[in-house]
Amino acid sequence: MTDAVNNQLARVVREHASRLTASLIHVTADFASAEDLVQDAVLAALRHWPVEGIPERPDAWLFTVARRRGLDALRREHNYLAKLTQVQWPIQPEPDERLRLIFICCHPALPRQAQIALTLRVVCGLTTAQIARAFLVHETTMAQRITRAKQKITDARIPYRIPADEELGPRLAEVLAVIYLLFNEGYLSTAERAQSRDLVDDAEWLASLLHELMPTEPEVAGLLALIRLHRARAAARFDLDGRLVLLQHQDRSLWDRNTIEGATRVVARAAKQQRPGPYQLQAAIIACHAEAECWQDTDWEQIVLLYDMLLHLAPSPVTRLHRAIALRYRSGPQVAMTELDTLADELDRYHLYHATRADLGRELGRPDEARIADRRALELTANPAEQAVLHQRIGYSYREETSDNDD
Amino acid sequence: MKYVLLFVETEQFNSDMAEMSPSERERAYDRVNEWFANHSDKLRGGSKLKSSDTATTVRLDRGEPVIIDGPFVEGKEIVSGYVEIEVADLDEALQAAKTWPGCPVVEIRPVEFESM
Repeated sequence: MTDAVNNQLARVVREHASRLTASLIHVTADFASAEDLVQDAVLAALRHWPVEGIPERPDAWLFTVARRRGLDALRREHNYLAKLTQVQWPIQPEPDERLRLIFICCHPALPRQAQIALTLRVVCGLTTAQIARAFLVHETTMAQRITRAKQKITDARIPYRIPADEELGPRLAEVLAVIYLLFNEGYLSTAERAQSRDLVDDAEWLASLLHELMPTEPEVAGLLALIRLHRARAAARFDLDGRLVLLQHQDRSLWDRNTIEGATRVVARAAKQQRPGPYQLQAAIIACHAEAECWQDTDWEQIVLLYDMLLHLAPSPVTRLHRAIALRYRSGPQVAMTELDTLADELDRYHLYHATRADLGRELGRPDEARIADRRALELTANPAEQAVLHQRIGYSYREETSDNDD
Repeated sequence: MKYVLLFVETEQFNSDMAEMSPSERERAYDRVNEWFANHSDKLRGGSKLKSSDTATTVRLDRGEPVIIDGPFVEGKEIVSGYVEIEVADLDEALQAAKTWPGCPVVEIRPVEFESM
């Protein structure tokens, strides 16, 4: 099967799976069994469609299979059976049913990894095998994780509903965190996982579904814009040899200007609500970069300001590091270095901290210090694309040394 | 649906309590009493337990029953009481647990056999 066919299949399944799950829960009032039926139907689709072609009405096809499975498996459960035999497709669920589905998958009583896996399976219609591959986990491990989460939903009676107003803030934050992690997982993975599922695409799809279902939540808009702005620059992130290209050196003509403009509008509209949040601010920062015609045109003043706001809402040493990087271009390398010194304890295990020190060290004419920092950064990153950049910077002398060490 | 809330005390909590002035401690008890009053329609029994110094553990997995002085896990976090509550679902149980003004850790466990 070619990637194009695969991707198309994935998109069609994703479009319909969660709606079908929501509809079946509507009928049967049972999350776990409805979800099982849909997973069965998805697996059947992935077997049949590549051979027979995608049916004209994929939703009705999936429904028919799910319903037949349900009837087979549950003959003894009369109530359930009676309900299932009566239903016709399409079922018209409440418009917010998919939202309930998202909230149950991302319930804070479930561990984060299970929230992510369940969201992918239930809302995006991925199979357990696909999820396992995407996270480089054994399929049985992933299956256990999902089974355990579903068991807890049933046993501890995690409710299938949209949280009440006073709960909505923290619960929505939980959902956004899941989508954001999914995005990061996909964004940071590189060629080694090219064969696996495009999690970035799933993350964008989820954010856009959530935005459609909760159009007045500014942070949802912020996250959607954030993801789209990152993706708009994807073509420039790697060179022809698959090496990571830093923002400063990216060919901006490869950026997708339409997407950037669209996403910038989304975040600007959200900002009008005057309910700023970390995702909106991060999106605004990337928008600042994206709007600059070239690196020299970057509005560093504005970016430092946005980082200040971000730190006010969500203090974090990593954000302070990013602010320090922006400071370098606004106020010079010495100011940035002084700021970095204050982060030494907290970020000693973070590769980007040392890579930044190395950069500043070179600029301040301290090459020895810079080389030590680059090596420290290299020790701390597991990402092959980032490792390659650092190797390049450390240069030939480093490779010589390591090959000596290997002997 | 019934859940048990297990209240867990930490060393920090106990030393904080010990350092409180009588009036501060009184206010702390008032807050706990208020929580009980606010949740009275959901509460189905429970109790504060005496300190873990008074605990005796019986182990039945070592051949003959073994009687041991002390709680079943020796640790810094000690179960100090429990209540059973009857609510619609986990979110309601969480709501009750999140507003608990006493000890700093609460474990929520669904009750398996409700008829007992």
